[in-house]
Amino acid sequence: MAELKKISSSPHVRQEDSTSSIMLDVIIALLPTTIMGVYNFGISAFILILVCMATCFASELAFQYFTKRKITIGDFSAIVTGLLLALNLPPSLPWWMAVLGSVFAIIVVKQLFGGIGQNFMNPALAARCFLLISFTLPMTTFTYDAVTTATPLALLKAGEHVDLLRMFMGSTAGTIGETSAAALLIGGAYLLFKRVIDIRIPLSYIGTFTICILIYSLASGRGLDWTYIVAHICGGGLLLGAIFMATDYVTSPITSKGRWIYGVILGILTFVLRSPWNPTTAAEGVSYSILCGNLLVPIIERFTAPKSFGRGAEKHE
Amino acid sequence: MGLLTFKGGIHPYEGKELTMDKPIEVYLPKGDMVYPLSQHIGAPAKPLVKKGDRVLAGQKIAEAGGFVSAHIHSSVSGTVKCIESRLTAGGNKVNSIVIENDEAFESVDYSANVKPLEDMSREDIIAAIQEAGIVGMGGAGFPTHVKLSPKNIEAIDYIIVNGSECEPYLTSDYRRMMEVPEKIVKGLEVVLKLFPNASGIIAIEDNKPKAIQLLKEMVANNPKIKVNKMKTKYPEGAERQLIYANTKRYINSNMLPADAGCIVHNIDTLVAIYEAIYNGKPLIERIVTVTGDAIVNPKNYKVLLGTNFQELIDAAGGYKKDEPEKIIAGGPMMGKAVISTDIPIVKGSSAILCMQEDEVAACEPSNCIRCGRCVSVCPGRVNPSKLAKLAELGKIDEFVEQDGMECCECGCCSYICPAKRHLTQTIAATRKSILASRKK
Repeated sequence: MAELKKISSSPHVRQEDSTSSIMLDVIIALLPTTIMGVYNFGISAFILILVCMATCFASELAFQYFTKRKITIGDFSAIVTGLLLALNLPPSLPWWMAVLGSVFAIIVVKQLFGGIGQNFMNPALAARCFLLISFTLPMTTFTYDAVTTATPLALLKAGEHVDLLRMFMGSTAGTIGETSAAALLIGGAYLLFKRVIDIRIPLSYIGTFTICILIYSLASGRGLDWTYIVAHICGGGLLLGAIFMATDYVTSPITSKGRWIYGVILGILTFVLRSPWNPTTAAEGVSYSILCGNLLVPIIERFTAPKSFGRGAEKHE
Repeated sequence: MGLLTFKGGIHPYEGKELTMDKPIEVYLPKGDMVYPLSQHIGAPAKPLVKKGDRVLAGQKIAEAGGFVSAHIHSSVSGTVKCIESRLTAGGNKVNSIVIENDEAFESVDYSANVKPLEDMSREDIIAAIQEAGIVGMGGAGFPTHVKLSPKNIEAIDYIIVNGSECEPYLTSDYRRMMEVPEKIVKGLEVVLKLFPNASGIIAIEDNKPKAIQLLKEMVANNPKIKVNKMKTKYPEGAERQLIYANTKRYINSNMLPADAGCIVHNIDTLVAIYEAIYNGKPLIERIVTVTGDAIVNPKNYKVLLGTNFQELIDAAGGYKKDEPEKIIAGGPMMGKAVISTDIPIVKGSSAILCMQEDEVAACEPSNCIRCGRCVSVCPGRVNPSKLAKLAELGKIDEFVEQDGMECCECGCCSYICPAKRHLTQTIAATRKSILASRKK
């Protein structure tokens, strides 16, 4: 008999998208935010971004090399983690803290749990909170134009005025990536267009939060104060969190119903953590909300498992 | 009105332009003909001939091995060379009758079998279909006379003709619809005669507007038959999804279409029914699409069953360059890759697809990133990523609990997975072993 052909089980075709093409899309979607961050905060922001990306890349490579695992840095997920972490840091943070955060994100949060797809918390956010606890002061000191200033949400809490146009363009104090609402929305539109993310989580997250803050605005005697409401939506990293962090595949529910529920939970958590009525708490709360949400994912998935086709179907007589 | 469809599914490259507009050509085989005794679901057929016997085209050479089984007829005239096990498209060796083709194509006289349809009772019609050895020609090969004998014939509301041909590259059903629509409609009318309460639905995807138009004209005078336009999407023609799209009735893996008051037939099966009833001809031929980027002249052939794959490939001009990396019996989503082309066309062979490159071999599976695409495309509405994980861990009970047995192995999850995981394959292997252990 002639030489036998190689065979495999069906299906025999695959679509083009791959893990690395998805990660590249996320990087592309983060470009406007990155550019606005560097434009608004200057060279120190640029250096932090490079430091985080390089450290994440190197830690993943080193870990996989020394533990004799398959090297998977080619999927760009470590780069995305580095970029997201940097965008969550204040531009004035010392570079070595960023290095520490990056190593924590990749080694502790991601690799020790089995690498890509296995971590139960968003590595960038977990690293941010790790830094926030370890170095509270530098992590909460925000400068704009070399002057230490309060973030828009802190200003709001203090009862001061905020400029929505500046929040839109990002020329306010904050972390590198959270300040420009315009850039974040462009990135979000790109991800939706490329179908990398699904509208459910950002929509239900931002939607739920908006409803909460709207009710609060009414209840606190402000009436329908749109400046207040929009400032809350554009500020405090909500857009960065809702578009780029809460939609992280690995740490969000896989089921469509679960995604709606997850977004609603995040919206309520963020509102509660921001506690606009309490002047002593931090003004942001997005990072902790998403991390808490991450922990609820297995439970959400358990209760939203899809009902299989024809389950419970009855015989037709 | 929106197009009829179901939730989930994918849109792979269709590849139908290669052969869609190529009229069916008759191919007359030259080499030995091989008839596996098991090319249907059920008991293998029992040979009626022995080595050295001379047979005619249309002569019954093996009879059904039980009620759920089917007769097999020779498609050429010639001499029985041997009865031995031969390789089939499924990859296993099956006991087969091999006939040396004398190329005279001398046929038995079919006209003796023909009775006017008006004079035929329900039993006569089913007996004629059974005698013709007809099985479902979409690939599964379920004996048609069994399908037409449900417990309660009055409970059947719809006879659905599956003209979706959602599997990429395949155009054999489309060519049938374009060239012999009257035979399809007449075949359907025969089936409708068996079920007092049934009406007919010819369901076609909207990427075949000409076929929809043509069949609509054909059934214009028959109020019992309608033509439904469905959304072009894979797997629109999967039986459960097809029934749902057309009737909004659900069935699960423990049910038969008859439980939803439906019977589903493939296009070519209806043509075979027409031939059996009107011409007395047994099932000895079918349409096969020979296609793929490795083939010089992709074509649709009317092929005598038993014809060798390689002969057909050569007839279509052979390979463009070297040997293709992969040859598939059927379409790219559910077809079977074959280890050799020295295998016969059987009742369920819809296509020979020759692919220059094996794109699956080129991709390396990596960790699941939980993107959820498999969940959103799954027509069975299960969680393929989770099922595959349970299958890998050998957690059989949990696999069944999570409705792993509801998977129809359509391949959507593997197709869509960006981490290139072999989800369908893993789930299918576990399903197979569970089904095998249940039989014991």
